[in-house]
Amino acid sequence: MGEAKLDLLQGTLDLMVLQTLATMGEMHGYGIARRIEQVSGNEILLNQGTIYAALVRLQQRGWIEAEWGASENKRRAKFYSITKQGKTQLAEDTAYWRRLAGVMGRVLAMGEGGAER
Amino acid sequence: MKHERRGSRLGSLRRGVARAGAFFHKEPMDRELEEEIASHIAMATEENMRSGMSPEEARRSAMVKFGGVEQAKERQRESRGLPWVDTLLQDLRYTMRTLKRDMGFAAIAILILALGIGANVVVFSVVNTILLRPLPFYDPSRLVWIAPADAKGLSASTYSVDAYEDLRAMNKSYEDVTGYFAFSTEDNYKLTGHGVPLPVTGILVAGNFFHVLGVQPMLGREFTPEESIKGGPAAVMLSYAFWQRQFGGDRSLVGKTITLDSKPVTVAGVLPESFDFGSAFSPGAKVDILTPLIMDDIRFEGNTIALIARLKQGVTIEQSRMEAKTLFPQLYWGKRFPDSNHQYTAYPIFLKEYVSGKLRRSLVVLWCAVGLILLIVCVNLSNLLLARAAARGKEFALRSALGAGRWRLIRQLLTESLVLAGAGAVLGLGLAYAMLRYLAHQGSIALPLLSSVRLDGTALAWTLLITVSTAVFFGLMPGIQVSRTNVQEALKDSGHGTTEGRQHERLRTALVVSEVALACVLIVGAGLLLRSFLRVLDVDLGFNPGSAAAVRIDYDDGGSTEKRSAILQDIGRRVGELPGVEAVGFSDNLPLDRNRTWGAPRIKGKTYRKGELPSTFVYVVSPGYLKAMGMRLRGRDFGWNDNDKSEGVMVLNESAAKGLFPNEDAVGKMAAINDKDVRVIGVIADVRDTNVEGNASWQMYLPMTQKEWGPDGATLVVRTKLPPQQLAGSVMRTLRQINPNQPAVEFRPLQRLVDHAVSPRQFFMMLVGGFAALGLALASLGIYGVISYSVTRRTQEIGVRMALGASPGNVQMGVLSKTLQMAAMGIVVGAVGSIAMAHLIASLLFGTAPTDPMTFVVMAVLLGAVAALAGYLPARRASRINPMVALRNE
Repeated sequence: MGEAKLDLLQGTLDLMVLQTLATMGEMHGYGIARRIEQVSGNEILLNQGTIYAALVRLQQRGWIEAEWGASENKRRAKFYSITKQGKTQLAEDTAYWRRLAGVMGRVLAMGEGGAER
Repeated sequence: MKHERRGSRLGSLRRGVARAGAFFHKEPMDRELEEEIASHIAMATEENMRSGMSPEEARRSAMVKFGGVEQAKERQRESRGLPWVDTLLQDLRYTMRTLKRDMGFAAIAILILALGIGANVVVFSVVNTILLRPLPFYDPSRLVWIAPADAKGLSASTYSVDAYEDLRAMNKSYEDVTGYFAFSTEDNYKLTGHGVPLPVTGILVAGNFFHVLGVQPMLGREFTPEESIKGGPAAVMLSYAFWQRQFGGDRSLVGKTITLDSKPVTVAGVLPESFDFGSAFSPGAKVDILTPLIMDDIRFEGNTIALIARLKQGVTIEQSRMEAKTLFPQLYWGKRFPDSNHQYTAYPIFLKEYVSGKLRRSLVVLWCAVGLILLIVCVNLSNLLLARAAARGKEFALRSALGAGRWRLIRQLLTESLVLAGAGAVLGLGLAYAMLRYLAHQGSIALPLLSSVRLDGTALAWTLLITVSTAVFFGLMPGIQVSRTNVQEALKDSGHGTTEGRQHERLRTALVVSEVALACVLIVGAGLLLRSFLRVLDVDLGFNPGSAAAVRIDYDDGGSTEKRSAILQDIGRRVGELPGVEAVGFSDNLPLDRNRTWGAPRIKGKTYRKGELPSTFVYVVSPGYLKAMGMRLRGRDFGWNDNDKSEGVMVLNESAAKGLFPNEDAVGKMAAINDKDVRVIGVIADVRDTNVEGNASWQMYLPMTQKEWGPDGATLVVRTKLPPQQLAGSVMRTLRQINPNQPAVEFRPLQRLVDHAVSPRQFFMMLVGGFAALGLALASLGIYGVISYSVTRRTQEIGVRMALGASPGNVQMGVLSKTLQMAAMGIVVGAVGSIAMAHLIASLLFGTAPTDPMTFVVMAVLLGAVAALAGYLPARRASRINPMVALRNE
């Protein structure tokens, strides 16, 4: 069923989390996972559980912070929000990804027609 | 990937700290994560239910989407903490548990390792101190020792003052040349002002001595030029040990005066602790003070200065040797004798080579021996671990069935061996520390620099290196063996008795055989050294060191031979009357102690080619000395009436007598020493002069009672019926009654001279012997282990054989013969190795052939007996197996 889904490149999940938190504000783990799934249009292969490894990583770097709070249905959950440092990092990473995507696009366009994928 | 690398350096630092923090806060973090995951799943379930699923369906779907909860936790833990430390700790914890379960094994393994590692650390420290570490001087690689190529005796390796001064002025190779007076005796100074006059050993050194060696006084200053001039102010430099011992480390002493030989002398300074004159230049002797050598005092006393020089930057030792060839013949013995040149040669060698070169081979042999021990230790532990691994086969099979990778299993076993080796190393370091402290305080062992041996950083690094390599060496093989285990085979209950087991046993047999072979080599080496040592002890010294003692006496004859004669007669008479004293005599030098050589006596009217007569050791002695020493005399002894009014007399040793008067009896013949006619009144058997092992040189004994041979001090020799030490009190009291200024010098049994001379050989022999004993014990342990294990494994088989009629005797013989087979293989391999080894150490042997059959036979019998004993215990157990029980057990 998942043969057409994209495997996540290492590091991309971290960037997605940062971007999600930057646009959506404070969110809990489940919310972040759902949001990424929705935005990606269910195109990526994401075990929701893996998000917690990314969250702890980002937290340790000081790019996001966490606080316990109550969800909309009064359930205790840990809410994450992006820090100032995280925003700077996000800007950097976004620029980097855009550039990389542009370059990749040009390189792949070069062999248009001959390329299989 | 990129992400990680582009993260700011501060970010990664921060993350490292956070990770370490997380490592120590596992539990709260785990609890939080669990709660988070629970609420995640609950929220997902709720959402699913809202979209119309049944509660079970909703929860199942939520779980599927989440992916494995445990995996998620594990991933989170991995990225937040220090996963490799976790695994390591797991391995360690597991190791501790298994070792605790098997305390006996752990204790034996650690003990074996401690002995092996400890022995290695001790030997390494000794080798490092004597051989590897540079001398404790500034830039010691440029320091050279200047002496003729094959100097025999002190006089032959020393130079006159005129020669020294001209060498200093004329050479082009050296920054500077220095020297010291090589003929100082022990206790040659008297320190007064503190009760009983205290004997002090001092060495006279040239004024530039410290400067050339690059040794800075720890306190105070070097000698000033005036202090090295005749009539200049008197100064003294204290050794650190003497300063501590005698003056309690009083820093204010510097610049003050002390009373040496009844004269006030200024303390110029204190030498650093690292500078020990005795340990570098005269091993086994303690030197308390250094005083400036006043050249004019000894200008015409002959060849008395030992030379040390510092090569100029860029000048090689070869160049200095070339220069020495042409320069030394130009030097004069004394410039006022115009024909006294052309007698010197020199072949400079590095100072380090002079100090420790002779010991290189012995030390390398020692190092190899102790390396063999370590090898045996490794083999032994490999063997023990293999046995254990076999017993733990099921455990490992189970772990690998549960998913442990091969590498993980090997790592587990390596962790175990590292823990064992680490514990062994700690214990071994303790043993080594004690041993080294003991060695450093053995002042009587005549090995250079030994007093400075200690456990230093290099030795610790070496310990670490051998510990880790030992652990890898003995842990890897069982590790590989175990990780290869066939899981199915091992898990089946009847897992033993298969081909695998047999292969296992073959491996262990091979290990034991090599262990026996290594032990063989050690035993043969130790045996050969022991035989050599016994031969050395058997050497005819020419005197009898037993129950005799020597004490250096102080007297003031004011330069008069008659007065000296009277004083010595008085002392001799009064000491001779003490109960227990058999004979009394005096000499300025003792055999195997300080020595000096002169030109040989000649026969008047005969002409000799230059260099035809060897230089001759000179002993100026009193009547009775030869008897007191237990020398064997032909002819007559000196008498007190052989004085300046009667004809000159001397006693020769056998070598000199034969050399001077070939084919005739020397007794009664006339000879000349420096134009003085002397009659040979007696001939004594050759006495060992400089060492026990060499051949005796020419020796002449001259009377103290004739004025031409002013003795250089006097040592009283007492022969007694009692153990010499019992006499010490009464002799010293008598001496002090006669002369209140007599310092409290040591009452030395003559045996100590011999012990001192053979101490290096004894030292090496004892160490190698100890290693051989250790090797033997380890090898027998190895044999016992393998045989005992194979008996346990074959209990059933033996039971069957006994049920079928084999007698206990048959069974016992079977086990024993297997043991002896193993031992025999080891002995054969070892004997071949030993022959090769013996030839390598041939130059260290004395009066013993490298293929000494006795040693080899004893080795084979010893190893065979020990092997038989090691095999007998399991054999007896095998013969007592009850077939019924053995068969029922399975």
